[in-house]
Amino acid sequence: MADPMRIRAAERDGVVNVKILMSHEMETGQRKDASGKIVPAHFISKVTATHQGKTVLSAQWGTAVAKNPFLEFNFKGGKKGEKIAVTWEDNKGETRTDETTIN
Amino acid sequence: MKTRTSATAIFVGIAAIAAGCASMSDQEASQKALELMKTSFSERGQAKLDRLDQDETQKLCSKPPALELSKEVATRIEKANLDSIRYPADGMLLGDWKSGERIAQSGIGKQFSDDPKLPSGANCYACHQLSKAEISYGTIGPSLYNYGKLRGTSEPIQRYTYGKVYNSQAFTACSNMPRFGHNAILTEQQMKDVTALLLDPNSPVNQ
Amino acid sequence: MIPRRMAATMLAAGVALGASAQSSPEAEIAKYREALAAGNPAELWEARGEDLWKQKRGPKNASLEACDLGKGAGVVKGAYAEMPRYFADADRVMDLETRLAHCMVTLQGFRFEDATKRVFGAGTNRSDFESLAAWITSEARGTTMNVALAHPKEREAYQLGEKMFYFRGGPHDFACATCHGESSKRIRLQDLPNLTEKAGAQLAYTTWPAYRVSQGELRTFQWRLNDCYRQQRFPDLKFASDASIALTTFLARNANGAAFNAPAIKR
Repeated sequence: MADPMRIRAAERDGVVNVKILMSHEMETGQRKDASGKIVPAHFISKVTATHQGKTVLSAQWGTAVAKNPFLEFNFKGGKKGEKIAVTWEDNKGETRTDETTIN
Repeated sequence: MKTRTSATAIFVGIAAIAAGCASMSDQEASQKALELMKTSFSERGQAKLDRLDQDETQKLCSKPPALELSKEVATRIEKANLDSIRYPADGMLLGDWKSGERIAQSGIGKQFSDDPKLPSGANCYACHQLSKAEISYGTIGPSLYNYGKLRGTSEPIQRYTYGKVYNSQAFTACSNMPRFGHNAILTEQQMKDVTALLLDPNSPVNQ
Repeated sequence: MIPRRMAATMLAAGVALGASAQSSPEAEIAKYREALAAGNPAELWEARGEDLWKQKRGPKNASLEACDLGKGAGVVKGAYAEMPRYFADADRVMDLETRLAHCMVTLQGFRFEDATKRVFGAGTNRSDFESLAAWITSEARGTTMNVALAHPKEREAYQLGEKMFYFRGGPHDFACATCHGESSKRIRLQDLPNLTEKAGAQLAYTTWPAYRVSQGELRTFQWRLNDCYRQQRFPDLKFASDASIALTTFLARNANGAAFNAPAIKR
């Protein structure tokens, strides 16, 4: 199973700043291994962030995103103590969800 | 060339403080460090343990720059290395600058991770500026931009340039530059090509 | 080389004018570094390392929490800033990775060969050492480097490490000092720290371990030395070998007085 994400969410003046680190290989499908064989593409294709169950960010990703991606975004309306959940899904159908509390 | 200050006394002082009173003599430490290295490295790929066996030049050059080389030792190093240079039997020193440029760009060769069947590069750009187009160049060595334009292509210049690539320490004792011919990193043809890169009027080095 | 502060000013000017044409390679690199610093994936290794430290593992089904890194059993905070150091129980100077291998053997019951089977990770095949080192070093962030050289064996390691630093060998005649013996030099576009001067030694040593963006891996100081020697055309520097510890002792001691600031992020 994939490693957990590191998520930080901090509220200031009504704006919540969310920082997410994801553990993923993000293979482009363009690289070759030592024996010259193509390394199959393996990348996060969809990221969703929800606040109290309501989607605040939805993104479609491709192979241009680096290995172990870092994502930062802001949204309005969150309060300290409320929950942020982040889900990614990759092109092999693997998925992972982690959550954190806004502070 | 590096300027060497005669800070021998100061250096020894620092070493003594750092190492404390129970320190070994310098020679003992060198010997012990070599023994330590012999047991701490393992052979891998083409890199065998004999790479830790130093020749006289390497031994004499394994000192902090603060320990100045005496003029006599420097001359001895340069003489021994000068004697090692073998010029091509056909007398031709200028090869193909285009091939020379590829050799100058390539940093592979002789690492345990390299395929020993592939030719080595010279990796000139790692340490030298050569052409205007390549901005990713290092500064450990001097800029060689316009090397041939400034010096011309007379026979003595050709011989010096080929010789410098073959064995840099023939001209500067303890130079940081690898001895490409002496240590069989490059072939004779490759050294001719690198010489052409430096001297050929059509080479990007001389534009 | 353009001093860092000036590069930053140029960067700001470049942004203000929207004129990328006048931007130097150094300024572009500074911009890239700034962009990287925001989210360091080293944290992913730190999290794994903390879990590993507390997990019961090995034939003895024990955690590493009783491991003595030099400041007493289980004390992690600041320990890395005083390593390498002499450990009486092993009668040997050890760096962090060597000490961890020692604890895996003595506390968890692993054989040394099994514990050190994968010391450098690759993709999903992670190295426990890289994760543990990420967490343990993160617990020394901000601590002042203080390698004491109080024990004769520590002083000997320093002296031998210094000899290694200047040792020229292999087909290319390279020593550590070839690239790291002078100030304001670079290889290709990469700045080279002068490790024979305090400022350079401090900047370099206190920023390892580091997440290497080009590899997508977290690398420790053992990896740093191994890969330097590979490029020096030397044979393979053995993990946790006495020579690796001696050279680390030399470099760590020269960084004394600086605030430790890793895991960092590098190109």
